[in-house]
Amino acid sequence: MDEDWRLAGKARTLKVRASMIRSIRRFFEDRDFLECETPLRIPAPAPETHIDAVASGDWFLQTSPELCMKRLLAAGYPKLFQICKCFRAGERGDFHLPEFTMLEWYRAGTDYYALMEDCESLMTHVAGELGLGDTVRWQGRRICLSPPWERMTVRDAFARYAGISVDEALQDDCFDQTMVCRIEPHLGMERPVFLYEYPAELGALARVSAVTPGVAERFELYAAGVELANAFSELTDAAEQRRRFEKAILDRRIRKGPATPLPERFLDALSGMPPSAGIALGVDRLAMILTDRAAIGDVVAFTPESL
Amino acid sequence: MYTASDLRKGLRIKIDNDPYIVTEFNFVKPGKGQALYRCKLKNMVNGSQFERTFRSVDIFEPADLQEKKMQYLYHEEGKYCFMDNQSYEQVFLAEDQVGDARHFLLDNIEVEILFFEDRPLGISLPNFIDVVVTKAEPWAKGDSVSGNTKPVTVQTGYQLQVPPFIEEGEKIRIDTRSGEYLTRVKG
Repeated sequence: MDEDWRLAGKARTLKVRASMIRSIRRFFEDRDFLECETPLRIPAPAPETHIDAVASGDWFLQTSPELCMKRLLAAGYPKLFQICKCFRAGERGDFHLPEFTMLEWYRAGTDYYALMEDCESLMTHVAGELGLGDTVRWQGRRICLSPPWERMTVRDAFARYAGISVDEALQDDCFDQTMVCRIEPHLGMERPVFLYEYPAELGALARVSAVTPGVAERFELYAAGVELANAFSELTDAAEQRRRFEKAILDRRIRKGPATPLPERFLDALSGMPPSAGIALGVDRLAMILTDRAAIGDVVAFTPESL
Repeated sequence: MYTASDLRKGLRIKIDNDPYIVTEFNFVKPGKGQALYRCKLKNMVNGSQFERTFRSVDIFEPADLQEKKMQYLYHEEGKYCFMDNQSYEQVFLAEDQVGDARHFLLDNIEVEILFFEDRPLGISLPNFIDVVVTKAEPWAKGDSVSGNTKPVTVQTGYQLQVPPFIEEGEKIRIDTRSGEYLTRVKG
């Protein structure tokens, strides 16, 4: 009885979520993106220092569809998108589910600035189709979606909000803590914001900027203090990518013990990948913003605790 | 030792030699970044609260907390004395440590005293106690409108609202958590 009541209470949110996903699909289909499905279960996810994959037999559940989608890019598919489940061990909080829904899209022949424009168009398109107009209300705030959205470098964000510089934070190993506690609460409170130009060592699969030394062409999209998406101008240098993966694997061995194997076939394919840009957007979090829900568990029918 | 991933609401840990209880807890993590654990902590000695964000590499000592059954003996000059009936060890709690429990300290009542290491921190009472009403206005017959109450004083000096039919000398049961009247006790 309690369970029926709990699920029935989610009806309105789940309907909006379904409409939102339909609207996302239309957005990409209208722009000639190919929807693809890549395997959830893979032999080797991208080695990342702070993302833990869930083992599935001798293989792993994907932490993101990135590697297979890039192999498709390398094979000549120029515009791709996918809406799929991703799995990350140990992640559960108001904004985290260990199994969550990701939207990823990739564009060949362009860099991450094109993806910023995609984000602006996508969110205005979806909010419009849901009948929300150009302003969404989330937890008592009004977030205006009409573009252009502010672009703020990580360096500027630290200078403005953190009280310490990016370099100091990296040196003291408190970059993430500073970001979460001091910077994120200010990001995108009136209009979404792109935080860009991350320190080079924090853009594991991103190209290093040719213009600004020491930074990676990576951005994160924030709305109402919530991290919605992460994007790169993709690294296409296979040798450099191998070095970064090996470093991440070493980091993991030191910090946590076992690590996943190197994704060799991805590395083989990478040298043939054209210059591209790719982005991963949290679908559940977007649903939270568009349905004014405070907890990620409110926008899915089942949380791990309810199973 | 606890690691940050053990943190949860209600966990009691030791920081700078004081016991703290986690009153609020949330997992936060930048997508590509470290897992962080944002906690609100309350000092179990002085009640002060603060918020702190821990990293997964942080470790914590559990707070060594124990409850011990002890008997209430007496109080004087704002100090309350309790005794362990096995070892005859006596401890004193200050007025603010005893808090509202002081209203229900019957002579020789058995209570649980919470210790942090060797320091007594607080007291927990049985949920229900029976006490004698020592002062009450007589029941004005006919005043039987339900919901009406009158104030009485019980043997510990505590005052509370009870139904009008309770008379001086009667025994009543009180819920020590809310301080409210529960029922009349016969005999």
